[in-house]
This record gives sequence, C-alpha cells and structure tokens, in this order.
Amino acid sequence: MTYRNDPYDPKQVALLDPAALADAVADAEKAFAGAADPDALTALRPAHLGDRAPVSLARREIGALPPAAKADAGKRVNEARRAIESAYAARAEVLEREHAERVLVAERVDVTLPYDRRPRGARHPLSTLMERISDLFVGMGYEVAEGPEVELEWVNFDALNIPADHPARGLMDTFYVDPADRSGLVLRTHTSTVQTRTMLSRTPPIYVICPGRVYRTDEVDATHSPVFHQAEGLVVDKGITMAHLRGTLDHFAKAIFGPDAKTRWRPHYFPFTEPSAEFDVWFPEHRDGPQWVEWGGCGMVNPRVLRACGIDPEVYSGFAFGMGIDRTLMVRHGVSDIRHLFEGDVRFSRALGTGA
Amino acid sequence: MRVSVSWLREYVDLPADVSTGELERALVGLGIEVDSAVDLRETVTGSLVVGEVLDIEELTGFKKPIRFVRVDVGAANGTGEPQEIVCGATNFAVGDRVVVILPGGVLPGGFAIGARKTYGRNSNGMICSARELGIGDDHAGILVLPPASPAKPGDDARPVVGLDEVVLELEITPDRGYALSVRGLARELSHAFGVPLRDPGLLPAPGATAEPAYPVEVRDTVGCDRFAARLVRDVDPSAATPEWMRRRLTTAGIRSISLPVDITNYVMLELGQPMHAFDADRIVGPLVVRRAEEGEKLTTLDGVDRVLAPEDMVICDDTGPISLAAVMGGETSEVVADTVTVLFEAAHWDPVMVGRTARRHKLFSEAAKRWERGVDPALPLVALERAVRLLTEHGGGAAGAEILDIDHVRPRTPITLPADLPTRRIGVDYPPARVVALLEEVGCTVAQGVDRLAEDPGSVGVAAGAGVALTVTPPTWRPDLTDPADLVEEVVRLDGYDNVPSLLPVAPAGRGLTWQQRRRRAVAQSLAERGYVEVLAHPFVSPELPDLLSLPADDPRRPAVRLANPLSDEEPMLRTTLLGPLLGVLKRNLGRGQRDLALFEIGAVFHPRPGAGTPPAMGVDRRPTDAEFAAADAVVPDQPRHVAAVLTGEIELSGWWGAGRAAGWADAVEAGRTVLAAAGVPADRVEVRAAAYAPWHPGRCAELLVDGTVVGHAGELHPTVVAALELPRRTSAMELNLDLLPAPPMLPAPAVSGFPPALIDVALVVDETVPAAQVERALVEGAGELLEDVRLFDVYASEQLGAGRRSLAYKLTFRAPDRTLTVEEAVAARDAAVAVAAERFGATLRGA
Repeated sequence: MTYRNDPYDPKQVALLDPAALADAVADAEKAFAGAADPDALTALRPAHLGDRAPVSLARREIGALPPAAKADAGKRVNEARRAIESAYAARAEVLEREHAERVLVAERVDVTLPYDRRPRGARHPLSTLMERISDLFVGMGYEVAEGPEVELEWVNFDALNIPADHPARGLMDTFYVDPADRSGLVLRTHTSTVQTRTMLSRTPPIYVICPGRVYRTDEVDATHSPVFHQAEGLVVDKGITMAHLRGTLDHFAKAIFGPDAKTRWRPHYFPFTEPSAEFDVWFPEHRDGPQWVEWGGCGMVNPRVLRACGIDPEVYSGFAFGMGIDRTLMVRHGVSDIRHLFEGDVRFSRALGTGA
Repeated sequence: MRVSVSWLREYVDLPADVSTGELERALVGLGIEVDSAVDLRETVTGSLVVGEVLDIEELTGFKKPIRFVRVDVGAANGTGEPQEIVCGATNFAVGDRVVVILPGGVLPGGFAIGARKTYGRNSNGMICSARELGIGDDHAGILVLPPASPAKPGDDARPVVGLDEVVLELEITPDRGYALSVRGLARELSHAFGVPLRDPGLLPAPGATAEPAYPVEVRDTVGCDRFAARLVRDVDPSAATPEWMRRRLTTAGIRSISLPVDITNYVMLELGQPMHAFDADRIVGPLVVRRAEEGEKLTTLDGVDRVLAPEDMVICDDTGPISLAAVMGGETSEVVADTVTVLFEAAHWDPVMVGRTARRHKLFSEAAKRWERGVDPALPLVALERAVRLLTEHGGGAAGAEILDIDHVRPRTPITLPADLPTRRIGVDYPPARVVALLEEVGCTVAQGVDRLAEDPGSVGVAAGAGVALTVTPPTWRPDLTDPADLVEEVVRLDGYDNVPSLLPVAPAGRGLTWQQRRRRAVAQSLAERGYVEVLAHPFVSPELPDLLSLPADDPRRPAVRLANPLSDEEPMLRTTLLGPLLGVLKRNLGRGQRDLALFEIGAVFHPRPGAGTPPAMGVDRRPTDAEFAAADAVVPDQPRHVAAVLTGEIELSGWWGAGRAAGWADAVEAGRTVLAAAGVPADRVEVRAAAYAPWHPGRCAELLVDGTVVGHAGELHPTVVAALELPRRTSAMELNLDLLPAPPMLPAPAVSGFPPALIDVALVVDETVPAAQVERALVEGAGELLEDVRLFDVYASEQLGAGRRSLAYKLTFRAPDRTLTVEEAVAARDAAVAVAAERFGATLRGA
C-alpha cells in the first residue's frame, strides 16, 4: 500500500476509503502473523498502530469530511483500529506464551544434581535416645535429675545398702580413684547414685528419671564397654506399690519398643531394692524375630536406703528401675557391636542420629 | 553352681517327666538364673556303646604312635563282628573296656563320626576321650572304664559315663547363699513344683560328747561362733572316691583329690556346709582358733606362702597356723596319701571376716564364696554325720564316738511384720493367712499378735490384715532375711511376680526440663544443624596428653584425676579437656578414610579438688547432716560440662558447583558463637578477642567472653600440637565451659519497625592491629538508637592504604520506629558512628 506522506493535507481523504481501511487491517494482520517473537511484534507496532500508521492518518482525514459523513467514517476508522489492536494483542499473547515456554525450557536444569555442599551433621543416637526417654517421663510429670560421674563411694555403695565388705560390691567391677584406699571416690557404677543425691536433696514426692554415663572395668569387646549409659527411674511417694512399678515399666516399654511390647519380671537381688526383679521386654520388631530380651533391673526402694537418705520408710515407699541405654539402642536397632557407640565413626551417627 | 538334676531328685520329688525347659522356668521364676540347662543325653547322638578291646596292632611309619584296634561292641553294630577302629591313643590294653561311638554318631560340637580310611586302614567309628564326650578335660588318652564297672560290650555307654544326666548351670545372687547347695536348690524346686522336700539338713546327728573329738580352743567367738569336729580312725588310705561322687564333683568343677577331701567337697555341695579334713596324726598338740598375728605366715594348700593379717582367722596347733580358717587349709596338716586318721571340721565363720580374708589373699575358693554369702549355722553336726558316714562307708575305718561342738551361735532375732505390709508394698491383696503360709513355706516360724506399732500413717488403702503383726523368725539358712522388706520379697517371690498388676502412679505436675537441660539440647541441635556430628568419646587419657597439647606447667588442665585401676596403664587419667579424646575420634575417622570432618561432644571434664583428702566417714543408719555431706561432697572433683568441636578438611565441599572451602579458625570461632547463641546468651553480652592459649595457634586463637568472663576458646590448633598429635594441618577446634554461661535472660522483644530503612556503607581505614570487633562496637555505640544492624562486608588492605593499615567496610542499616528517616538524619547517625571509631582508633573514612 502507498499513501502520501503528508498528514497535514486535509484534502487527502483517500485513507478513509473502506477498501483502504480493510487493506490496512489486512496488512497489519499479515505483518503481525509474520512476527517471530515479542520483540519483532513490538517493532511492528509503530507502523500499524503508531501516530503515522494508516488508521491514525485516516482518523485525521475525518475532519476534512462533510459533517454528514463524519460519523460514518469515524465508525469505520475505529473498527479498523480495534481490529488491528485486537490482532496485535492476540499475536502478542501467542508470542509471549511461546517465548515464556521457550525460556522455561531453556532454563531447565538437572534437579537430581546432588548439593551436599555442607555435609549433614548428626546427634549421637545415644543422646537422642536419652532425650526421648527423658521426654517420656517428663510427660508423666517426672523431672530429669543428674549427678557427678566421679562419685563418693558412700553415694555409689554405702547409701545404697552395699556395705564395704558385701559381696555385692564385687559384682560391680569398679574404677577407683587413686589412691584407692583413701580417695573415697569411684567412677559411678550405676546411675542409682542420682537416687541417693536426689533423696538427700529433696523431700517426697519424688518422681525423677536419671539418664547418664556409668563406668565398669569391663574390657572392650562386642558387648562390653567400660563406659556405657543408664537411665534410672525413682519414685518415692505415699502408697507406692510394686504394681505402680509394673505400670510404669509397661508404659515405658510400649513407648520405646512399640505398642505391642510386653514386660516380664524375674526375681533378682539388688541391695538397694527389696523386693527386686530383673525385667525383660518382648517386642515384635526384634531383628531376630519377636522375642524376650533382658532389659534392666527394678524393685521397691529398700527401706534402709530411704533411711540413709533421711526419708521415713514408715511414711513413704518407692520404686526404682534402671536399664542400659546402649543395650536398648542395640536391641532396638540391631546394633551388633557396642564399639560403634563410642568410636565416633561419623557414618554411624549420621545413619542413626537424626531421629531415634 | 553346676549340678545334675539326678542329685536334686534325691531330695525333692520332681515330676518324673519334667522337661529341662520347665525346670529352667521354675528356677528363673524364683530368682535363680539358669546359665544353661543341658541334657547330656542329647549332646551325643547315635550309638555310643561300651566296647572291649580284643586286639591291638601297632602301626609304624607314622610320626606318632597309631593303633589299629579291634573292639567287641556286642551286637551294637548290627553284625556282632568286632569293630575295627584306628586310634591315636596308647593308654589302653587288650581287655580294657572303652567307649566307642559308631559311624553315624555325632559328638558334642557337631563332630560327626563316619567310616573312613586313615593311616592306610578302614576306621569304623572312634574310641572316645573324656573331653571328646564333653564330660571332662582329660584328653591325655581315651576313657578307660574302671575294672569294677559292670558294663558289658554293646551296652549304651551314656549311663556308664554319666551322659544320662541333665546338668544345670546356675547363677546364685549374693543374698542367697543357701542356694549354693543341692539342699537349697531342692528346697526352691519344692516351692516351684509344690512337691515335698526331703531336707538333708534334717539328717539325725548326734550332739556333742563330754570327751571332745580333738582338743580345741576357740579364742574368738565373733570370728568363729561354732566349731565342731569328729574323727574317723583307721581309714584305708588306698580307698578310692566312688565314681558317682567323683562325677558329681567334676560336674561342679571340683577336682577329685582324695576320698576324705572329696567327701568334704561333696558335703559342701550337698548341704552348703564347707568343711575341712585334717590328718589328725599330723597335728601337733591341741587346736586353737584365733585371729592371726601381724606377720604370721602360712603355706596354703595351693602352695602359696601367705603373710597373714590380724583380721584373718586361723586354726593353729603347737607349730602355729595350720589353716587359713574358712578359706583354705595349710599344707602341714592336709590329708596325704597315707592318712589313716581323719579329723573332719565343720565350723561357722563370720561372713564379713571371710570376705575380707578372701579378698586380701585373692583366694576366692568355693568355701569362701559360700561363707561370704551366708552358711546355715545349724549344719555343722549334720555335715559331720554325713561326712563320717560317707567315709566309713567308702573308706572303711571307724567313726570316733567323741563329738566336739563349741557353739556360740546366737538365736535369730524375730522380725515384726505388719501382716498387711506385703499388700501395701506390692499392690496385691495377700490375706494374712496367705502371708503366713508363704513365709512358713520358706522355713520361717510365724507367730501372730496384735500390732503394737502405730498404724502406718502413710498407708493408702489399708487392706485386710491391717493392725495384725506377725512375729517372724527366719530359718537358720536364711541370714539374708533381716528386715520386713525381705519378708515382703519372699511373699511376692513365692506368690509369683506375674500376679503383680500394672498400675500407673500419678505424679504431681512436673516442671519440665531445667534451663540447663534445655540449653544443652539446643546447643547440640544447633551444632548438628551446622554440620557437626556428635560423638561420645571415652574420657580416659594419657598422662602425656598435657605435654602433647603444649599446656604450660601451671595450666589448670594439668592436674587430673587418676584411676587406681585403669583398664589401660597408658590411659589412667580422666580428661580435663574434651579435646584430647575428641581429637582421638577425629583421627580414628581419618584413619577410616574420612577427610572432611566436623565433630562435637558435650560432656564432663574432671578437675580434682586441690588438697582433697579422704571424705569423712558417714554411716547409713541415718541421713548424714548437711554439713557432713557437704564436707564429703567437697572432695568430689569439679566436673563442669563442656562443649567442644574439632574440624578438618573442607567444611564446604567442592563439587560440580565449584571449589569447596577449607575449614579453619573462623569456622571454629563461629562454632563458639553458634553455641552461645543457641545457649540463649544475647549477642551484646558476648565478646570475642584475640588470645594466646594452648593448644591453639597464638595468632589464630580467640577467647570468648560472656559478661567479661572467659568461657572458652576457639581457633586453629598450634602447629606444634598438630604435629605432635599427627593431625592434618590447620585442624581447628573450639571448647567452651557450658557451666560458666549465665542463665538465659527473659529477653525484651525488639521493636520491629515497618518504616523503610536507610542503608549507608562506610569504609573505615584503621591500623591492622585494631580488632574488627572493637571497631564494630565503636560504630554501634556511636550510631545510637537509629542503628538497626551493622554488617562487615569487606576487609581490604593495599599499598595505597599504607603499610599496617586496612579498610573495614560496613553496611549500616538505620531505621526509626515511627517515621521514615530523612537523609539528613541517617547521615548524621552515620557521622556520629564514624566519629566514635575515629576517636577511639583513628579511623578515617576511606576516600574521604
């Protein structure tokens, strides 16, 4: 199409010709269809919708028309312009969409690439298990009690009804602090020491759980370590019976070993409890199939222990229980060698130390 | 204790068809641990038969003597023909009867026997040694049956060699000494199966005679409250121990020595009464039972010369001590090959004395084990009667009519037991009649009376029987029963632990974790989130560790708690810093092929109290006073809880994204800041400053302070330490004392303004010795309230700045809580901030 490049000539009205307008629309549609991307389309805009585009120039010609023809011509021009605008918008939408799709495709990455830029850390599985046990008992209203690992012999033994020359002392292979005959100190052989300290420092009702590190002179092998962990529970209150002990252990077992776990007791001897029992737990997920495994020791606090700690055994009674945390972890997770628990191999903690 | 069921059956009518499993369950149910229950009949399968050696052909040309033997095994092999067997033993002759396992049989340990060609001959089966049969340790030769054995060729050999037994290996707890005997175990089984007991302790035994069996004087009736003795004269010294007795001793792990000694051991196993057999003809003069004198010497039966302590009890004759009482006899008076006059002694010794003597001399004999756990003081005359009968039956001789019995045993003190105490302690309703019946079953004498004690004010739900008191006299064989609680245990033990119901107690409302416990978790969690792996190392360290860590001579981490009996003599000390063991774990991981490691530990370190002596003695009959316990507690080492981290290799790994970043001093310091932040210490109370502190690099060590108190250190380890411990270069570490951190405050909430910030960068040029932390502090103090945040984003040194100078570029964020700041306000605040830095450190604005 050709037209005079003189917008100021009022007599030039050829552009208002319906055929000319139809040509302008057709030209625009064709040009737009030929635009390959949004930028090309944008570049076409001045020619078809700009101030000097045919439809714009046609609008200026309207003034030169007689009044009777103005309305009709105006309507024709507007229609043509709307048609071009609409063609532009339609094409723009298509091109924008196509462009966006191309960009998204172009920006695709391999999302399966690893990004272990900062290796994961981990808690120690014994720590998380101790916390889990603590939380369980805290939920029942207990408090978490702690005590020193190097401990008075009196606290570790005498106060727990294990006199100096009692064979029970020989049962626990004890580390003594040098000089053994004068220091009066041992590495605590059980967390029962915290029982003693708790009863000395507060008055009943006492509901405490005492997780911690204990020591025995066991040479290291697959099932022994001179350092291991126990959790000791102690309750001293009015009217406490062995039935309360059973209820507590049943609850404990189910929380740690699953809802189908069961406990059973075997009479046993501990100087600090009377009556005393060892307790076993049965659970279906055991690595070698459902079975009973030894779990810990328990009993009613020996009145002699209460007396040594200043609690009147005529008024109060209590129960205590203790179990090995390392053993619990090993049984639950099928750990075959206790060395994994203290060697600190990061592969072990990373595998087990994130939850528990 | 190892014992055969057939021996137990002599005294308790066990059901004939009781299985080993049932026996095991019954014993476990009464508190006797069963280590093993082995039916020996099942240990050897197939045909194990008696054979008679018909002829022996010595095969030559081999490195060791080999015999080709033909053995008559009767019709056991199905043919009646002699069995041809190649045998490597030579301790048998033609006519001897031996034990043969025929092809198809399996010996203990899964050792299957077949017919095979060996040493050029066909061997059809095997002639067995005692060890191969699992009935003894003798492997010097094959087992040859005694001539007196009535066994015929072809007979099943199991009953002949004792393989028809069920053997129980039992673990007896220290309170139940009586169960270290057939008598005690039979009693327990009679409880379990509800069957009658024929108590061998009730064997009628004559009492003391006016004429003593031997003149004896007991000078210490505390150490020895009963001493009884009888003589057997004209014993046949060649009399052998009967096979059944020898076998029972062997089963129990006791070696056969001579008939009189074997009898004392047999009676000990059967009744639980340790005894001693003297050769009366080798005793010089009367016997005296007394404490040893300091420095006295005695050669015990094991051939060891022992120096005695004044606490030991000894039996003496005119020559001095001849026996370490209750523990081990002496050489000079022991029964020997030609002994014809045997003096049996059965006494009762103080268990505490015996325990001490056994430990002092490290002599944990079977006798000592029983004394320590308590022996029935009513047994001596019964034991003597049993021993005398056995000896006269199997060794001839005549029992002396004279019986010595010096008896100072004090009667048991009855225990007052409120009849409802078992119910109140156990939570099972035991009617008083049931309590009485159960206590009588274990041998107690029970009398009823009205409780004179005030009713237990603490009792809840007082059950039937309240107010009724039982007067309970425990049996002589139960010295462990001294308190009402002991009787409660007997009631629940016999009634059955399975009957105890399950009931959750209701605790008073708790207070949750303490802030220290919550803090420890938060610290551990934040380090784990930062990539550190938690370890729990053993706290044992070498005395050389302080030197390896280059600790100064007066460093408080040098004095350490030393163990008297460490597992390893190389690591007898307890850690005073977590770093030693933690670096050990780091090295272990490196040794296993890891390269990039970040580890942490939270745990106690141990500092001995200077000049700590022996804690004051405290009894247990009452609570120690606060002052007494505080004095004792003051001896206990200080055991603060530390947190430490170590790191080496790359803390950010290299990968497809680009290069990694090596871990270094800055990461260690940041780990320290992370701990403090997680511990809830507000940042404005934390200070980090340069320090020189072992084992860190003096130019790369920071000390971390809270409220002006040093709480720990972090940075790169000293190159000397790295070399001494053979660690990778630039290994870095952090250690803080968590116990030094103040309680987390109740923090005021910050004013979070919604108005826009004004951001201004300033680059300050300062002397390079001026710590960035102090410059930042100056900016913060100078900028005033409008400063919301300050962040160091660049550190820069160049020639233009001048030697020893550096530029620190900070981004300052200003914001007002109530308005949009004008440029003038922000610039004024910046100028104020810079002015303080300029005043304190001569800082100049770069480019200004």
